[in-house]
Amino acid sequence: MASCKYDWPAAGQRDAIGKSTDRIDGPAKVSGRAKYTYDINRPGMLFGKMLTCPHAHAKIKSIDVSPALKHPGVKAALVIQDVGSEIQWAGDEIAAVAAVDEATAEDAVRLIRVEYDVLPHLVREENLSKDGDRAKPAGEQKVGDPDKAFADPEAVISEGFYGIPVITHCCLETHGNVVEWRGADSILTHSSTQNVSGIPSQLGAALRAKKINVQDSNIETICQYIGGGFGSKFSIDRWGVVAAELSKQAGGKPVKLMLDRDEDLEVAGARPSYFGHVKVAASKDGTLTAWSSETWGTGGPGPSGVPPVPYILTNIPNIYKKHTSVSTNIGPARAWRAPNHPQACLMTLAALDDLAAKLAMDAMEFLQKNIHLAPSYLVNTYQQELSKAAELSEWSKYWHPRGDKTPGHLKRGLGVSLHTWGGRGHAGSCNVIVRPDGSVTVQSGTQDLGTGTRTVIAVVAASTFGLPVDAIQVEIGDSRYPFDGASGGSTTVGAASAWTRRGSVDALNELFAAVAPSLGVQANQLEARDGRIQVQGNPSKSLSWKDACAKLGAKTIHTVGKNPGPCNLGSVGVGGVQVADVTVDTETGKVKINRLVAVQDCGLIIDKLTAESQVYGGLIMGVCYSLFEEKVMDQTIGRMLNANMEFYKLAGIGDIGGELIVHMMTGPGYDERGVIGLGEPPVISPGAAISNAVANAIGVRVSQLPLTPRRVLAALAKGGIA
Amino acid sequence: MQAFEYASPRSLQEAIRLLPAQWGPTDVLAGGTDLVSAMKDGISTPQRLVNIKQIAELHRMTFSPRAGLHIGATVTLRELLDDGAVQQHYPGLIQAAEAARSEQLLNMGTVGGELLQRPRCWYYRNGYGLLALRDGKSLVPEGENQYHAILGNAGPAYFVSPSFLAPILIALGATVQLHGPRGARSLPVQKLFVTPTRVGQREHDLAPNEILTEIRVPYRPGVRTAVYEIREKEALDWPLAMAAVALRQEGGVLRDPRVVLGQVAPVPWPSPEAERTLTGKKPSEDLADAAGRAAVAQATPLSKNGYKVQLARIAVKRAILSAVQQGG
Repeated sequence: MASCKYDWPAAGQRDAIGKSTDRIDGPAKVSGRAKYTYDINRPGMLFGKMLTCPHAHAKIKSIDVSPALKHPGVKAALVIQDVGSEIQWAGDEIAAVAAVDEATAEDAVRLIRVEYDVLPHLVREENLSKDGDRAKPAGEQKVGDPDKAFADPEAVISEGFYGIPVITHCCLETHGNVVEWRGADSILTHSSTQNVSGIPSQLGAALRAKKINVQDSNIETICQYIGGGFGSKFSIDRWGVVAAELSKQAGGKPVKLMLDRDEDLEVAGARPSYFGHVKVAASKDGTLTAWSSETWGTGGPGPSGVPPVPYILTNIPNIYKKHTSVSTNIGPARAWRAPNHPQACLMTLAALDDLAAKLAMDAMEFLQKNIHLAPSYLVNTYQQELSKAAELSEWSKYWHPRGDKTPGHLKRGLGVSLHTWGGRGHAGSCNVIVRPDGSVTVQSGTQDLGTGTRTVIAVVAASTFGLPVDAIQVEIGDSRYPFDGASGGSTTVGAASAWTRRGSVDALNELFAAVAPSLGVQANQLEARDGRIQVQGNPSKSLSWKDACAKLGAKTIHTVGKNPGPCNLGSVGVGGVQVADVTVDTETGKVKINRLVAVQDCGLIIDKLTAESQVYGGLIMGVCYSLFEEKVMDQTIGRMLNANMEFYKLAGIGDIGGELIVHMMTGPGYDERGVIGLGEPPVISPGAAISNAVANAIGVRVSQLPLTPRRVLAALAKGGIA
Repeated sequence: MQAFEYASPRSLQEAIRLLPAQWGPTDVLAGGTDLVSAMKDGISTPQRLVNIKQIAELHRMTFSPRAGLHIGATVTLRELLDDGAVQQHYPGLIQAAEAARSEQLLNMGTVGGELLQRPRCWYYRNGYGLLALRDGKSLVPEGENQYHAILGNAGPAYFVSPSFLAPILIALGATVQLHGPRGARSLPVQKLFVTPTRVGQREHDLAPNEILTEIRVPYRPGVRTAVYEIREKEALDWPLAMAAVALRQEGGVLRDPRVVLGQVAPVPWPSPEAERTLTGKKPSEDLADAAGRAAVAQATPLSKNGYKVQLARIAVKRAILSAVQQGG
């Protein structure tokens, strides 16, 4: 196999790569030294607050911010949406003020006078027959001859209704920015963002559209730490632009405008709902023959997104599917970790699980039998992962046909699901700097969402240079560093590992060239190992890293690493399998998680610890949306009722239950694919796996998530414990 | 949050003098775990807060077999949980207080405040008032009533009483002391709670210028107690149904059973039906089940909370079984 100069080292020569490294920003985070946007307090800073619309659908008749502007302590006030604007959701931003403190800003907002023409709204979409002309066709597709396949007298057919409501992102740090003008033509923003390098051009374009002249290159965005994004923080958002305008009006003073918790839950992130009737058929031996689905969902006023069903088993020979997008006044959808996949996964894997039960087949065997219908490049991975998940979950010991027949009100069940995601590294870049004093810095305008980006960069650079991880200084989170893509779609680790590798190899080669004469060899005969630059095969001829760097004299090595670039350092397309083991109290309808098993591949792992942490995080987020989360809208008032952390329910430690068992697929067959992203995959399967486990326990499908006592008892009332 | 004046008197008399005769302009601050959130949300907009945590006599807790347990209103839930006498003689009270779950609430929240906290009804918390009115009509019957009342819910009040402690205190025959400009009065805990029937009426029998000063719990040796509650989340959450039970066993049969439900009605909900079912009977799972059924026989669920009837039934059953098994 021809080697390529940036290739990942062979197994056994990877130093820290693939081992567990503590995250390098851990101490800063746990000690409180890490500063999040919410923590940023600039000299002379003002506080911004927005007036939001109380109606789900309305037109602005009149608006007057002048009483706010006259309020003592107010330094700026502006109209965000003017007379005539049609407001499509409650909580949408209407006007804003900046004042010397938060309380004054709040008081001033209350002085703003707005009159609305209230228009009819729709905020609940789960009953399609009541959605009227808000429901719009969003795609219909036919493959093969589904009618004929379902008409086959030999076919075993299962039909069901499944649903997953709108949930929010609920980032623990709400959205927002601190924005200030540095002179007449330059802006500094501290932004809670997944997109450090992308914010300046967004803000610049938005301001120029408002006739405020500023060059993108004169805008700097900083985000060192972020309290969660999950796909909801790619944009400067209207409130970021408003902060810049307020700051301008106030003579450039910094304006801190962070959303309140209720605003964040109402407007700053929602995952589209997905409901549907599914019919699936198999031959008597369990081979899938046909799929039919009529689904709908809402993504707010815009399109709902179209979850890809049938999920994973895309090569079912006969398929009919039709999707309807319902336009509602609930606030706009945003990408939520693995957009469309958790919904597609539940719709598909729950329907298939019901079919397996009807066939009286073991759900795990049913998937093994039909896994050839998955994209060919994943079939082998899934076969191995299903076996591994069966082993780790003790499937053959605990699985039983539907309905736990043991006496008493506690019923145990197992459920399985599988998922996929892309995860190829995005386009981006870094500087690698090696100084004569031996210090090494990697700089990039990327961001660490808590996923371990900083640590990954340090591990790759350290392993390339033969240095300990703490010898690498990582500087990220500032748009003045080389451009990097937004952190979304599990694209960051693939990018950051690749550009760090390429930049570091180039830098090392420059160092070799500088050092070679003093060791009396050619540069290409040198290697970097264990903190030394040495002649390959002759470690006695060597220099310490520090002495080697001293040979640079007055020169500093400065390379730029890029992605994409030469050599295959990453790939795309991962598979994962999860098994849920639950106990359901059939008297209370309460679901308890006993164990969750996650088997996941992501190509070559850079840091095993942060990779496993990603999977744990995905499982925990999965428990949240499987058991608790729902954006509860009231149709009469058109507003979200649970826009707080009390009734927008997230799991606590006690709700995660027993054990989370994570197994990463590594070694031959996996490592050589290079690095693939891992942020999205582990959050896709929990909904289906837990729902299937509950069905296995109680003998009846609970058709909708979250699996609350109310829904579980309603399902049991219809039947169960067959 | 609206700006407010802050007073921190050292004596009860001084505190009472700072309270006006009508609701609204002044609020009493103890732990603040409910009040401060309500102020941030604009649900309470006092011009003055009267902090009662500096009043030493409100922060005492004493126990004697003769007088029973006296809990000062500003004793925190944590202090209650850590008290040896409470642990020894009132295990049901411990169970109920532990239901708060959150360390922050336990450390800051007071026993008096726990009884006087406002309902969690999400229409109330979103600014539609205690009766959840919009254009004079309650939003609850046709709205999102999954967490609302299944008993005592003929309207106009549909919220549920949020107190964890009230059901067990009622089961134990506890009273509260209230102090106002005209002196002190004593009320059984049950009487502290009222179902409002019109706008402006509160859910507590407490005048705006009265302060709840003490909770008195009789000592009843041989009484067994238990609290059982069912919630969606194990972490901080509000129970969907709760039952508190106090009873004695004498010659193999149950005597003086008290069964009080929580989180199912606008007030803590004693169940004489369940009590009659139990009285004089030999405890068994079937008997507990029958008592559970009796407790919810009169339930009138709303469109989305029928499941709470089942949960209340099971909570009663399990609380009875637990009390019978546990002793204390």
